[in-house]
Amino acid sequence: MKKGGFALNPLVSIRGLHKSFGSLKVLKDVSLEVYPGEKAVIIGPSGSGKSTLLRCVNWLERPDSGEVAIDGKVLNEKTTDINKVRAEVGMVFQRFNLFPHRTALENVALAPRLALKHPREEAERKARRLLKQVGLEEKADAYPSQLSGGQQQRVAIARALAMDPKVMLFDEVTSALDPELVYEVLEAMKRLADEGMTMLIVTHEVRFGEEVGDRLIFMDDGQIVEQGNPRELLRDPKHERTQAFLKRVLW
Amino acid sequence: MNFETIREAADTLQYLLGGLQWTAAKIREAADTLQYLLGGLQWTAALMVCSMLLALPIGLLLAAARLSRHRLLRLPCAAYIETLRGVPLLVTLLFVVYGLPSAAPGWKLNDFWLTVAAFAACYGAYLAETFRAGIESVDDGQSEAARALGLNSTQTMAYVILPQAARNVLPALVNDAVALLKDTSLASVVAIPEITQLARREVALTYDVFYVYSLLGCVYLCLTLCLSYIARILEKRGFRAESARLHSRSA
Repeated sequence: MKKGGFALNPLVSIRGLHKSFGSLKVLKDVSLEVYPGEKAVIIGPSGSGKSTLLRCVNWLERPDSGEVAIDGKVLNEKTTDINKVRAEVGMVFQRFNLFPHRTALENVALAPRLALKHPREEAERKARRLLKQVGLEEKADAYPSQLSGGQQQRVAIARALAMDPKVMLFDEVTSALDPELVYEVLEAMKRLADEGMTMLIVTHEVRFGEEVGDRLIFMDDGQIVEQGNPRELLRDPKHERTQAFLKRVLW
Repeated sequence: MNFETIREAADTLQYLLGGLQWTAAKIREAADTLQYLLGGLQWTAALMVCSMLLALPIGLLLAAARLSRHRLLRLPCAAYIETLRGVPLLVTLLFVVYGLPSAAPGWKLNDFWLTVAAFAACYGAYLAETFRAGIESVDDGQSEAARALGLNSTQTMAYVILPQAARNVLPALVNDAVALLKDTSLASVVAIPEITQLARREVALTYDVFYVYSLLGCVYLCLTLCLSYIARILEKRGFRAESARLHSRSA
């Protein structure tokens, strides 16, 4: 329903992606476009290739064939500076991956200082602002080991935002959290969505996808099976694989 | 009380004092032997320090090369490491000190530096494995997070991987240093006048095998215990600095 409302040029453009790990085909001819401001939510059973697809977007995983472009820059081309592109694509991981030898503040300020050559003071001022934004102002000097899972994940979100990304990738960011900590992370993501950030979200939280997503994408067996408006897709899935999956997760 | 008793006592005392003299002579002898052995300490220390200082950068470079993506770097380094680890240090030492000069008769090569070269070559290979284990002990998610933020591979190594690897590597590094210290005794075979060489000379003169070698063993034991002790202090100080950092910041 919203698609007509988005600008014409996609921010993320994925065309004909194939990827195998050994003899296992993880992605089979996947194409996907994400438009500026859009929140695209990918759901599907584990092993369906959704995480691999996400990791291909910032070239953490290199596809065997197919093309990925971020804001018009084709990652496959040798002339593309992959580090510059990655700086524009924020990513949040399932297991947080904060740097354990650095404080929350340093975790957030490190990449702007190194990759964007921002002076330390400026980077730290911005880091404090971002930590405040995720509600962790007072934890700036704590080390990751002193934070709960939910707090660590919110620091990780602030860390990704510090690079002023054009698009944010979320890879099952609540899967490693205790149930009572899921909410605070989803809240932080929701606020981000309200601010108009372009987001590509892989999640098991189908209800969250329905609430935040402009588009719900169902993947199974390395392919996009079905996609569309979240509410319509959840109410009336066309494909029987989608029906079977939704029946299992929405009991 | 008569003169007989007094004379008897005097005789006994004289007899006992004779034993004391013998003991004093023995102690002097031991002190002399020890002094003689310690005359070689500078060579032992020089061998150990020079070899270690050379082996550290060699090991670091070899480890980096072995973990490299480029096969042309990786394979020769792996071959080097496996070869030097597979050949006894004594054989490498004999080869370098006697074999190399015989192959290049025109060159004037200093025996001490050839010995250092042999130790550094070998320990470079050992340390490479220590460093590699340290680097591999850092979770993959760390480099992924760094790369996803747009850090290049050098920055990722320097700011994210190595600081974490260093902490894991320190105890193993101390083990290698202690092993090197003990292995410098092999240099006695190529006539470097370090403590084992001097002990052998002393034995050749006095035939006092049991006594000289047990003294030599004690000297090595003192040296290695000192080294472990220093390492433990360093480790503790590093830990204290870390926790002081924690406290000063959270205060």
